[in-house]
Amino acid sequence: MADTHSVIGTKNKKGQTFTDTWKLMNEAPRTPSFFTGSEVIKEALRRASCDVMIAYPITPQSEAAALIGELFAEGYIGDYFRGESEFAVMSQCAGAAFGGARVFTTTAGPGTMRAMENFPMWAGARLPIQMIVTCRGINSPLSIQPDTLEIAYLLNTGMLVWHAETAQDFFDWILKGYMVSEEPDVHLPLALCCDGFFVTHTKDVVNLTPADMCLPPYDPYRSPVPCMDMECPPVRMMRDPFVMKSNYISYATHASWQQEVWAAVERSRKHTIKWLNGLIETENTDAEVIIVTSGTAVSQGREAIRLLDDEGIRCGLVKIKALRPWPGEEIREATKNAKHIIVPEFNVTGWMAKEIKATIPNSERVHAGPRVCGGMTMPPEIIVSEIKTLLGMRTMSLAGRGS
Amino acid sequence: MTQYRVLPGPEHFLPPSAASMGIYLPNPGEAHINGVIVPEEKAYEEAAKQFLMAKVPTLFPGPLVLWAWNEKAAKKATAIRHLYNTLKECVQPGQTPMLIPMPDYRPKYPKINPEVEINPNHPNLTIWHNKIDCCMFIGVHCHQANLSLKIIRGGTSCYTIAMCAQAGHEDAMLSFRDASVEKIMNLADAVKRLKGTVNPRLTSAKSGASN
Repeated sequence: MADTHSVIGTKNKKGQTFTDTWKLMNEAPRTPSFFTGSEVIKEALRRASCDVMIAYPITPQSEAAALIGELFAEGYIGDYFRGESEFAVMSQCAGAAFGGARVFTTTAGPGTMRAMENFPMWAGARLPIQMIVTCRGINSPLSIQPDTLEIAYLLNTGMLVWHAETAQDFFDWILKGYMVSEEPDVHLPLALCCDGFFVTHTKDVVNLTPADMCLPPYDPYRSPVPCMDMECPPVRMMRDPFVMKSNYISYATHASWQQEVWAAVERSRKHTIKWLNGLIETENTDAEVIIVTSGTAVSQGREAIRLLDDEGIRCGLVKIKALRPWPGEEIREATKNAKHIIVPEFNVTGWMAKEIKATIPNSERVHAGPRVCGGMTMPPEIIVSEIKTLLGMRTMSLAGRGS
Repeated sequence: MTQYRVLPGPEHFLPPSAASMGIYLPNPGEAHINGVIVPEEKAYEEAAKQFLMAKVPTLFPGPLVLWAWNEKAAKKATAIRHLYNTLKECVQPGQTPMLIPMPDYRPKYPKINPEVEINPNHPNLTIWHNKIDCCMFIGVHCHQANLSLKIIRGGTSCYTIAMCAQAGHEDAMLSFRDASVEKIMNLADAVKRLKGTVNPRLTSAKSGASN
């Protein structure tokens, strides 16, 4: 069987050195670089020893998909092509992963929704594909602007789901994501989400690892299912497999199969904690008011906390990094002292607040908002205003006719 | 800390996966017994004890160690044969060690022949037919092993052991990780060491009843 350790220290065809991932991410020198989120995706992929990237244009991930095409032209990606639609792309990703390749793709908004059927299939087939989701509006009338509603649909697919706040998160988590995803006891696809435009189209200083160092290659021999065996599930799906039989044991086998997928999500917990340094990050959890959220709503929360601090109001923060596995225990611990839990979100339904309410005791402490959607920004002042209103303090009107 | 323990069944109409009940896999150098992390040495003793107590101790080698598809697989297969021969040498009259392969994972209809193979989609048929009360999976892909182990726990009283080449199996009652020829031989040595010190059970596994 293949042994990835044997390639550490050797070079690939581009002259990059296969490097132990822990050393690459934690010990290798970093170079500050001023890049957009899309450029950061490209730079992470340059170092990811990726075999196959399949692209389809949909804003706001189109730029990243095109930039990765440049990487292919430069010889850093094994294969790269455009699918006929998002559904086709995700199906082609499955084929490549079944064949034992390390696979990467990007999508957004309606593209995520169009391809949705594939995601539980990926998870059920234990394919460690990485998919970047640059979240945008999904409903009619058309919007290409930031909106995180599509994440709610991904949460029950059996995929790992992480939500990056910054381009730095993005760079690090793309590389670390493969390490979690490809563990044999996990071996699940990862949806690495960010808020479109806010992260993809703004420039930020990102500390990059050396371009001449890259991840060790994927070892398909560690997969918990055989590669591309046409006679066995999961590849053998539609030709009289057990899933199509009507008897107790067929149902029980399928039920066990589903449970095994979610068991793998649970097993990812220990690896995710190791690589992301915890499923959440916290500040001032002894405060009576705590903001709990993910993605760029965390950044807005940080600014709101600074504004509140100027007024002598102490407020804590919980940044949720992983949504699947869900950090229930961590959130319960971090919010145990809070009287008010504020959950700002960039979507209309408030799925994050619902998840938190289902997690903690005394869920009436959760204030599901403020929420914006459809591309609206979330000024920190509206978070401040909601918190002050909750505390019974006077606050200025943020919208109106200026009277 | 979870109170859940991975014990011989029959556990439930649809038992939960052990991972969903808070059972964690062992780290390198460790194993688990009933979901509790233990040093690997302790697991050798316990696995050997379970084999020697069983009326029908059985090894289930899977595709990763069958077919001599590479040198490492062939060496492991030889070690498994050695473990099987050791079991035969060390059990007492009335005990019947078996070696039944899981050659592949294909769904087979109308059903498999439980005398000659075990299948991950209905492993309970082989357990029931042969009255197997202790078994060890080795060389089975992790996903398929977990399916089988959970179905066995759900519907039979068989004690399950996993000798996993990767991270281990929390759905088995006892699991090793990072399986190697050396570890298989260590288990055979433990069986030899405990020969004659363990009283075999008088009954065997059957559907719907515990031992």
